Amino acid sequence: MSEPSASAGIDLHAQQVRKFWLQDKIFHHATQLFAFVVLAALVGILVSLTIEAWPSLKAFGPAFLWTNIWSVPDDEFGALAAIYGTVVTSVLALLIAVPISFGIALFLTETCPVWLRRPLGTAIELLAGIPSIVYGIWGLFVFAPLFAEYIQPPLQNLLGDVPVIGGWFSGPPIGVGILTASIVLSMMVIPFIASVMRDVFETVPDVLRESAYAVGCTTWEVVRNVVLPYTRVGVIGGIMLGLGRALGETMAVTFVIGNANRINGSLFAPGTSIASTLANEFGEADPGLHIASLFELGLVLFIITFVVLAISRWLISRSMGSEGL
Amino acid sequence: MRTFNKMVLGTVATAAGLVFSVSALAADITGAGATFPYAVYTKWAEAYQAATGNKVNYQGIGSSGGVKQIKAKTVDFGGTDAPVKEEDLDAAGLVQVPTVMGGVTIVINVPGMGSGKLKLDGNAAADIFRGAITKWNDPAIARLNPGVSLPDLAITVSHRSDGSGTTYAFTHYLAKQSLAFKRDVGAGNTVNWPANAVGGKGNPGVAANVQKIKGAIGYVDIADATINKMNFVALKNRAGNYIVPNQGAVADAAAGANFKIKGMAPDLLDQVHKNAWPITTATYMLAYEKGTDAGKQKGVVDFFTWSLNNGQKMAEELGFVALPASVVKMVEAEMKNIK
Repeated sequence: MSEPSASAGIDLHAQQVRKFWLQDKIFHHATQLFAFVVLAALVGILVSLTIEAWPSLKAFGPAFLWTNIWSVPDDEFGALAAIYGTVVTSVLALLIAVPISFGIALFLTETCPVWLRRPLGTAIELLAGIPSIVYGIWGLFVFAPLFAEYIQPPLQNLLGDVPVIGGWFSGPPIGVGILTASIVLSMMVIPFIASVMRDVFETVPDVLRESAYAVGCTTWEVVRNVVLPYTRVGVIGGIMLGLGRALGETMAVTFVIGNANRINGSLFAPGTSIASTLANEFGEADPGLHIASLFELGLVLFIITFVVLAISRWLISRSMGSEGL
Repeated sequence: MRTFNKMVLGTVATAAGLVFSVSALAADITGAGATFPYAVYTKWAEAYQAATGNKVNYQGIGSSGGVKQIKAKTVDFGGTDAPVKEEDLDAAGLVQVPTVMGGVTIVINVPGMGSGKLKLDGNAAADIFRGAITKWNDPAIARLNPGVSLPDLAITVSHRSDGSGTTYAFTHYLAKQSLAFKRDVGAGNTVNWPANAVGGKGNPGVAANVQKIKGAIGYVDIADATINKMNFVALKNRAGNYIVPNQGAVADAAAGANFKIKGMAPDLLDQVHKNAWPITTATYMLAYEKGTDAGKQKGVVDFFTWSLNNGQKMAEELGFVALPASVVKMVEAEMKNIK
């Protein structure tokens, strides 16, 4: 009486196990497929960029990277001016954005009255959601004229005669240019960096913080010796996220960088970036070397972004190692 | 009651038959190409659909894109600002006709210089836009403007940063005026502007730069210059008259041109008519001589025939200039080759 029911129970159990096993298998393969689609897309983009860029790769070779010429009428192309503009605007944007974001995150987590935390935090997250073209239009129509009128002339008067640095601020104050693009970019990345920094600062256990205060540390000492060491990895991650966004930003930069395919020592001068060159010239590019060179520019941006990502990984793993985490 | 029912049935049947026959005759057509005529093609398509029920869809993807698409037969007609050369038309079996004209104007932002107050000739304009003249009180400008007090202000050249038919027309005009411009800057959709020139995206981008930067000079089409209330330069034409750009002056430029050539793309720049605006340009439609779908081929011809005869006013309201009646006749004759 009990025998058949026991064997039926085992059968049922085995059936269920098999079902679970099958479900797990399907689930595993489905998620694996999703992950591989990303990988395939990445490889696909890389391959198609290379194929489309091939005429340019063949014609200019590696010299494409350090040739400072972009002449559509003469069919001669080099990426140096665009690489220069991309790197300079992104680095300047970070130089401006990192200290400000740090201050914002510090205020929000350490000294801000509790009732103000939520509205301020939400406001910063909302800033991150504004489409970049809005920043571009604001930069061109509102910020650039004010910058040309009230900021550039005093800057020139103040620093224009200083050797080396003076050269960075030379030229007519026209509002648009490398520096304007950097400032607009910095405003666009501040919300990203600040919100990441705030989130990681909040992960510091209260016990650590309170112990430090208990032994008589000032706020700054707590931040310097407790919060920052504890959150270094996250802070680097936030900064790299901002850098990644700055490198690839297209529309806002196109509006305010001035779009001159040249390298000028002055930060007031118009310049160009890889993304803005693509946005400008792709639509009406002539078939042949011009379009191939634009594809190669895309490939260069792809590689730069990849290198930045790799460096940030390396920095994070190194600092994790040194912390013994 | 029965008769009434019959009547209703009959009417419905006739109506259905009508609708059916109309949609069977002319299929929906798709075009792609130059962004310059996008506004007027879209307006025409809207009015054409209201009048005939046939749909026309035009995508502004750029002139070179338009030529590529029609050659790849992915669209029923292509749009281009830079006319396709005769031999290429023959090789690809394409028919090319002009559809609408426009003018490129030179606009400035110089304190005290209202519209039409500053005079330039082609050579001086070329020297400014290639960066050889850098101050507004340069003797070369002063010589053309006796009695006008010119400020000691740096000139900032503002140009299109995106490849564009406006740049194509403007640089071809300046290259005709000055060999130095042709050598330094070149002529085409995208060219080598001098150092410190500022690029803006689209006509609105250039307009904004000129309006915001003191001492700026730039080029935009008549429509954008008018909408933005910008200050025009009076430009000396071939006949030696200083012309303030307007739609009439563009039409005058076309009046003197010979459209009786393959491709119907005479050089409209610097025409001899005494009132001709020197930087006049047309935009062109491309279609296959022998198409695979007779209904769509007919649709293209019908759309442009209707638009050229009924759409002049719509074009002018948008800042374009309609083709003169004599040219419309020639375009209609040429379109008979689209089968």
